Amino acid sequence: MTSEWNPRLVAFFCNWCTYTAADLAGVSRLKYASNVRVIRLMCSGRVDPQFILDALAKGADGVLIGGCHPSDCHYVEGNYKCLRRFQLLKRMLSDMGIEEGRVRLEWISAAEGEKVKTVINEMTATIKQLGPLGMPAKFEEWDKEMEHFAAAVHAQEAQKAPCAEHAQLQETAHV
Amino acid sequence: MSKPKVAFYWCASCGGCEETVVDLAEDILGVVEKVDIVLWPVAMDFKYKDIEAMPDKSITATLLNGAIRSTEQEEMARLLRRKSQFLIAYGACAHMGGIPSLANQFSREQILKFNYEDAPTLANGDKTRPQLSFTEAGRTVTLPQLHNVVRSLDQVVDVDYYVPGCPPTPKITKAAVTALLEGKLPPKGSVIGPDHALCEECTRKDTKPDKWDFVEFKRPHQKLMDDKCFLAQGVVCMGPATRAGCEAQCTTGGMPCTGCFGGTSRVRDQGAKILSALCSNLAAKEEGEIDATLATIPDPVGTFYRYGLAKSILRRKVSLPANS
Repeated sequence: MTSEWNPRLVAFFCNWCTYTAADLAGVSRLKYASNVRVIRLMCSGRVDPQFILDALAKGADGVLIGGCHPSDCHYVEGNYKCLRRFQLLKRMLSDMGIEEGRVRLEWISAAEGEKVKTVINEMTATIKQLGPLGMPAKFEEWDKEMEHFAAAVHAQEAQKAPCAEHAQLQETAHV
Repeated sequence: MSKPKVAFYWCASCGGCEETVVDLAEDILGVVEKVDIVLWPVAMDFKYKDIEAMPDKSITATLLNGAIRSTEQEEMARLLRRKSQFLIAYGACAHMGGIPSLANQFSREQILKFNYEDAPTLANGDKTRPQLSFTEAGRTVTLPQLHNVVRSLDQVVDVDYYVPGCPPTPKITKAAVTALLEGKLPPKGSVIGPDHALCEECTRKDTKPDKWDFVEFKRPHQKLMDDKCFLAQGVVCMGPATRAGCEAQCTTGGMPCTGCFGGTSRVRDQGAKILSALCSNLAAKEEGEIDATLATIPDPVGTFYRYGLAKSILRRKVSLPANS
């Protein structure tokens, strides 16, 4: 294992433009950061905001969405739907304490293999600067307060259990 | 044969759920006839010690309302889980965190500071805060501690069934109690209620257009509303992302749905779903215009997660400390 931390990015690319562009980048032997896991969807309009939240909650440090340029959508307006959702999701994520650079939307046409490379490299650099989001670890950390408490209750019960009289004594001492 | 034992308990809640049980009116007599109520702090006098002394699983069902927010509530949730065959999360707070879980946008320190120091209605010159324990004249009194995170019941203990609503309607309460008494129970983990969106049973359904084309969102007090679909009038209504079962009481009564029944079984995050539904129907296509329309939703988190921030995918404002 290397000691250097490497961000994990999840990318949702539309089948008709951005995924094809990523293919082009591959065929053109362009090198880009290996931090990205690409998921192909038929349209950026298929990106349910739940997908983005879930990716973050399951350990992604950032989410990239790639779709066709405005007015180029294979399904006429899927990319507009994506943009509208993205604009409000950005606000909501910042209200929930997630830095703006972690979720990014880019229009990348099938011919823009170069742009795939630039965007992924840029985003990897941005997230490296932001550091890990680490939601799974945060969830664990948050729930530790219950472990502490459960341990305390167990200890109390163990103390009471051996002798009922003793427990009563303790209680009267409390009053 | 002895009657089945039932317990009602409340945690971080407003008391509205208790009202619903009382709202069963005469029907409650039928329930009381068939069961022994062993715990109901709001209405009758019982001691926690008596519950502790009962054998495990000796309570047939516990209906617990309210979110879990303090050590005392957590302790009672664990105790009642141990003593009950069925633990039922009753009402939006136990089901999804409810209104109290909106506090997951703030740290414990922020909450205590505001409530005991900064709130404008406060007269607390010494800035006294509640202490966990206090000793005077050799006697010590203790208080439960506030947790950093507000939780739904199933984030603390295993839950068998959920009765949704803020509060659940008498009808849905009766359905749950009847199912329990007659042993006609749905699969474990079910939410008692239909599994489709509220729009299906809304009286305004016929006026719901195929496309809304929002240019501006209005809040109910900003508009004189007619009896058409609220969304067709530009008023945020959670109906499309909310489970049916309330018989559309709010929308029939002239107010848009605020989402207290939570999503259907196919929805993981109610807020994300309504965001998706509303935004995709905006008229604007340019970023600036889109933002202008969306600016008329001043508090997306508070609006979309009003009853369920604890059970949302992110659960809590991510940047808050685990302990403060």
